[in-house]
Formats: sequence, structure tokens, C-alpha cells
Amino acid sequence: MPSFVIKEKCDGCKGQDKTACMYICPNDLMVLDKDAMKATNRDPKMCWECMCCVKICPQQAMDVRGYADFVPMGASATPLRGSQDIMWTVKFRDGSIKRFKFPIRTTEEGTADPLGGYSTQDDINSEALATEPASLGLDAVPTV
Amino acid sequence: MANFETVEVSTDLLIVGGGFSACGVATEAAYWAKKNGLKVTLVDKAALDRSGAVAMGLSAINQYLGIRDGQNTCEDYVRYVRQDLMGVSREDLVYNIARHVDSSVHLFEKWGLKIWLDEDGKYVHEGRWQLMINGESYKNIVAEAAKNALKEAGGEVMERIFITDPIVENNKVVGAVGFSTREEKFYVFKAKAVVCTMGGAVHVFRPRSTGEGFGRSWYPPFNTGSSAYFTIKAGAEMTCQEVRFIPVRFKDAYGPVGAWFLLFKSRAISAGGGEYMSVRKDELNNWAPYGLAKPIPANLRNYLGMLDIEQGFGPLYMETDEAIQKIASSLKDDQKAFKKKMKELESEAWEDFLDMTISQAILWASQNVKPEEKHSEIAACEPYFIGSHSGASGAWISGPEDMETPYKWGYAQMTTVDGLFAAGDASGASSHKFSSGSHAEGRITGKAAIKYIIEKGTEPSIDSAKVEELKATVLAPMELYAAHSDETTDVTVNANYILPEQFMYRLQKIMDEYAGGVSSAFKTSKFLLDRAMELFVFLKEDSEKLGAGSLHDLMRCWENIHRMWQGEAHVRTMLFREETRWPGYYYRTDTPKMDEDNWKCFANCKFDPASSEWEMSKKEIWNIPGV
Repeated sequence: MPSFVIKEKCDGCKGQDKTACMYICPNDLMVLDKDAMKATNRDPKMCWECMCCVKICPQQAMDVRGYADFVPMGASATPLRGSQDIMWTVKFRDGSIKRFKFPIRTTEEGTADPLGGYSTQDDINSEALATEPASLGLDAVPTV
Repeated sequence: MANFETVEVSTDLLIVGGGFSACGVATEAAYWAKKNGLKVTLVDKAALDRSGAVAMGLSAINQYLGIRDGQNTCEDYVRYVRQDLMGVSREDLVYNIARHVDSSVHLFEKWGLKIWLDEDGKYVHEGRWQLMINGESYKNIVAEAAKNALKEAGGEVMERIFITDPIVENNKVVGAVGFSTREEKFYVFKAKAVVCTMGGAVHVFRPRSTGEGFGRSWYPPFNTGSSAYFTIKAGAEMTCQEVRFIPVRFKDAYGPVGAWFLLFKSRAISAGGGEYMSVRKDELNNWAPYGLAKPIPANLRNYLGMLDIEQGFGPLYMETDEAIQKIASSLKDDQKAFKKKMKELESEAWEDFLDMTISQAILWASQNVKPEEKHSEIAACEPYFIGSHSGASGAWISGPEDMETPYKWGYAQMTTVDGLFAAGDASGASSHKFSSGSHAEGRITGKAAIKYIIEKGTEPSIDSAKVEELKATVLAPMELYAAHSDETTDVTVNANYILPEQFMYRLQKIMDEYAGGVSSAFKTSKFLLDRAMELFVFLKEDSEKLGAGSLHDLMRCWENIHRMWQGEAHVRTMLFREETRWPGYYYRTDTPKMDEDNWKCFANCKFDPASSEWEMSKKEIWNIPGV
């Protein structure tokens, strides 16, 4: 069922007002059973398998099982996302395994300066946007 | 509905949507808003960190010109888009995005996006316009800059609010309404200008996978036609509503093929017919001049593959093994270098999927596919509405102020409704903007909208009776469900209401079977479209019978109403355009040829909210002189 919750590991993000998976799912699929304190993907057929929930889960209680209507059983792709890179373990149906590590960003989380450190301009009537032409690397914005 | 509190939010600029174009609007608008003491509010139906089409990440930036290094000019890009869309594009808009897109990319890099660099420190190009990136967190980074910009300017991001309808008074937008998907609250936003950036549309057509894989659409299932609905219902003129997009991707999981075609120079073949692009090249003469120029338009490449499928020559394959061996063969005498190169290529190939279509990695792993050893199946997906890619549907907007064109009636990016702006998938006829161009277009829009507010902004006055009426309409599915769900032993089957899921299937069946979906091999005709319009009458009537037992289902109800309007605009415009211009997107069997004399024009449509009538019109195509 696309993304699913491992019952034993999920603690319902207890102590918080919402679970991490509920917070992040772009399609509003995750729901929390407050009595059991377990989350569930309420509509697996609407799951895009974007793995935003898998990557964000603090308990590593979420995984994806490929769509049963066209994906043979037994394979998986498991992410471990850090602050600078992501590690992937891809398990094949035949048991073989590949591991990959890719960078995800070059700066500290939260530090993005909207103006990028470029010089800005103040003319609301100009075709140049806030950081232009500096951020274009040109002397002026091109015109026809 | 008694227990739904009405929450009123007043702002100056309202941004509805949270994807790349919305983040571009927010980042730029915040700068000008702060200078002028104005407030910007962004409303997203999900969480800004991971909302919109780039939620999963991307493995490439598809629009970068490299103007600073003299690699390309804006005019080059205009010619490229004109060619790919068979002559139909708003060249002023394409030019405007092209001249600003590089600065969006440079900003992304400053914010922390890792763009691949070569030994000389230059960007690695996947193709002429495409850059390779490590893009797992592409959206997080771009959203972070937007959030920081808004915070700095005293603006606000409101998440998990689903916007249903615009509020318009005398052809001027004054706000929008929606509801929280987390608590029983009905929201009324009052604003001096509104930017519509709610993405394209998926699941208007029935997808190939109808079981659990239903959600594995190429474009995300949470892009539900809200932009089209919002602008159509506001009374804005729309353009290119017939220009859907059908991507050819790795079959079923819809993994990207760009790196394979452009970076690895892979060939596509059909099992029975060989390399269809060369075997069938004479067919391209029928689509001159576009078929005979390079690069060959995406829809014509689709079409040649579709002809092979039609003749029973399928499946289609991407020759991955051949491509990888060819790249590595130059090193075959140096075993160490060969092994290193193969490992590098393997990693690049897998990252391409893991960054943006994880399902494809799972599908390959599940079938024990090693791309260096064996080719992989590709196929045409289902139709999508995505004005930012190789489709073109969206609102008809005013062009840049510094260009002399027939398309100017106000501020850049403004629709034909006063104060209502559009960008990204919401604006039409400016294809091939992708993630970076959508962001740049958002920035253009953010500045223009603030300029509009400074010069023309007035305090919005909203008729409270109209708000009450909207509230009743928006919440009606919950009322209907509450009134009748106890009458049967199964709440999903009830004679008094239809649940959103079944309603969506009904829309998809009409679109698929009559409007040129997968099961009709993307073919349609006047006769089929006329029948679709008859069935649409019932569907629209029954949209008032939608039932919702939860806030989540209420959102699903409205998402599907939005899809329905996108579908109707599409059917009407395909009916209007009496020719076949993009045969690999849809083929009208009763008018199977391209008609340059009569139909080299934009096909526009407009819904009049007062009379509920649709008006169709042709608009001339203006080319940039000398380009």
C-alpha cells in the first residue's frame, strides 16, 4: 500500500499537536488515531510515493511498498535524510543491494537569504526585479 | 453550517498556492511590499516545504539560458518554444521569463541548491537548456527563501487551507474563500490583489493504472485544476485550454527520460519497428514547418511512437544498455577508468529517479533491471494540464510593459479580471518554463502585483450576503452527507449524494472515452466531443449532489469540481479548434490535418459568471520582429 506505517515503531509523535507525517504529506493522506496513537495512510491509491513522510518520520516508522497493481513484490528504496545529504539503500527483488549517497544542499538549513547577497534596486517601474541586474550576472536586463 | 466559524483575513496581496511560482511571487513581492508598507499573505493547501509539483524533488533544472556566459539569448529560447508548440506561443511572455530565469537559478545556488559543476567551475548541462542538480531538497530550499522573505517583510504563510472560489465584484477580484482542512473553519480572505498559482491538473483523465497505482501519476495527484477553476470562475479569459501534455516516460512508474535522451544520448525504439524517429521521418513532412525543424516538437516525437504502437509494433523501449556501453566504450582499453566511469554513470542514472520519481527506482529494483544490461520500457502517459511544461493551458494574461504587443491591457501577468494575476501553470501560452521559469515568472508577477496595489489598490469591499452564499455552497457537501448518511447501512451508497471518488471516476470516464484519453488512443472527434458535452450537463448538475463526511472529503469534493471545470474548458476548446495541430497530444479524426490558414492562432475561451455562458474566440499570434 504505497506509503505505510510500521505499527510497532509509530508512537503518533506523542506530545506534539500533530504528527510529522500529517504535517508534511502534500496530499493530506496521513491521519492519526489518537486512541491507538498510530498514524495511517487513509487513501493509498492517492499516494504519489514521494516519500516525504518516510523522510521526515522521527521514528523511522514509515516505508513504501511499491504499487501492488504493477510492481512485483520484494524490492524497496529506503532513504536516510540528514542535514546535508541523503543515503539510499535500494534492495532488488533478487536480493542484491545498491547504496547511494547524494548531497541535498550546500548551506545550513534555515539560512537562505532571499536576496542571495546580491545588490538590489528600488525602481518599481523598471523591468529589473529586486536583485537584478546583479543576479543575472549582466549589466542590464535584456530587452527586445 | 452552524459549527463552522467564519475567519476573516485582510491583506494587501494574497497568493493562493504554494509551489515554485508561488514561492517566486512571495520572494519578490515581499521585497517591494516591505518598502511600501504592504502585507503579503500566502495560502497553501499543504505544507510549503513540500507542496506543489516539486514536492519530491527534481534531478534537473530544465530552463537555464546561460546569458552571462554567452551560451544562449532570449531570442533563442523564443524560437525553441515557438517550434515545440507548433507555432502557438505568447512570445512576449516566453521572452520575459527567459530574461529573468537565469537570476532565479543563480539565487537557487546561493540559497543552497547543489548544481553540478564541471572542472572549470561551470554548470554541467544535461542538454542545451537543462542543468544537472542534486535536487532532493530543491523545494525545501526555494520554500525556505520565500518564508524568510515573508517573515522579514511581516508577511504570513497559512498552511492547510484549501481555497475554493474567488470573490469578484464588477470584474475586479477582491479576495477568495476556502476552508481549513484541519479544523471546522471557513476562511474569507480580503485583498487588493490576488495571485493565482495553484498548479495544473491531474486525474481529469483516467490514468493507465486504476488500482493501487492510481496515484502514480507523472504530475502529482494533488494538482487538481484549482488554478483553471479559480480563473475561469472569476470570469478571466483563458487560452490554450486544448493544449494538454502527454509525456513519454518509463512505463508505469513514469520515471524521467530527460537524462537518458539528453545526457546519455539514448535511442528509443519499438520492439517491432525499430527506431521510429528515423523509420517514420517522412511523416514529419505532414506537420511542416514544425516537423522539419530541430528539435522535433515533443508532440510529434510522441506521435511517431504512437503510430508504431497502433501498428502493433510495441512495446517501446529506451535503449539504456546501448547508451551506457557507448559512453563507456571510449575507455575500454583502460579497465580502471572504465570501471570508474561505469560506476559514475550508474550512480547518475539512479539518482535521476531517486531525486524525483522514487517509484521508478522501486519498479526497476522489483524487476531486477540493471540499465547497463537491459533496455527498459517507455510509454505515453495519460493527458495532463501543465502550462509550465510542454502543455500550454492557462489564463490569458497581459504582457510585459516594455514590449509593444497586441496583448497589453494592464499590468504584467494580470488576467482580464482586474487585480487577478496568474503565474506558473496558471498562466497560459508560455510553455517550457518548468521549475526555474515558473519561479522567475512568479518573481515578475510579485513585482507587478505590488505595483498594481501601489497605483490602483483600493480597500476591498465584500458583500456579506455573497460571503454567506459562498459559505453555504462550499460547505454544502457536508450538509448533504449529514442529512442522509444515516439512511443506508453503507454510507458510500446513497440515493441522495455521490461521494467525491465516484464523481471523479465519472469525470474520468467521460474524458477518457470521449475526449481522447488513453483508452481512445488519444483520438477524438466533433461527434465524440458533442456527446461528452451532453454527459457534462448531468455531471455538472450532480456536482451539487456531492457529499462529504469529513474535512478531507470536503477538499476532495472541491478538487473534483475544479477538475470538472478544467475538463469542460478542454472539451469546449478542442471542439472549437477544427484541426489537428498537436497529433501526439490529441488527434481529431474528423479534422486530421493541420490548417495553418485558419487555425494558426490562439483558441481562447471565457466563462461569464453573470450569464453562465461560454464565449470562444480566436486571438492572433504575434511574433517578435526579426526572431
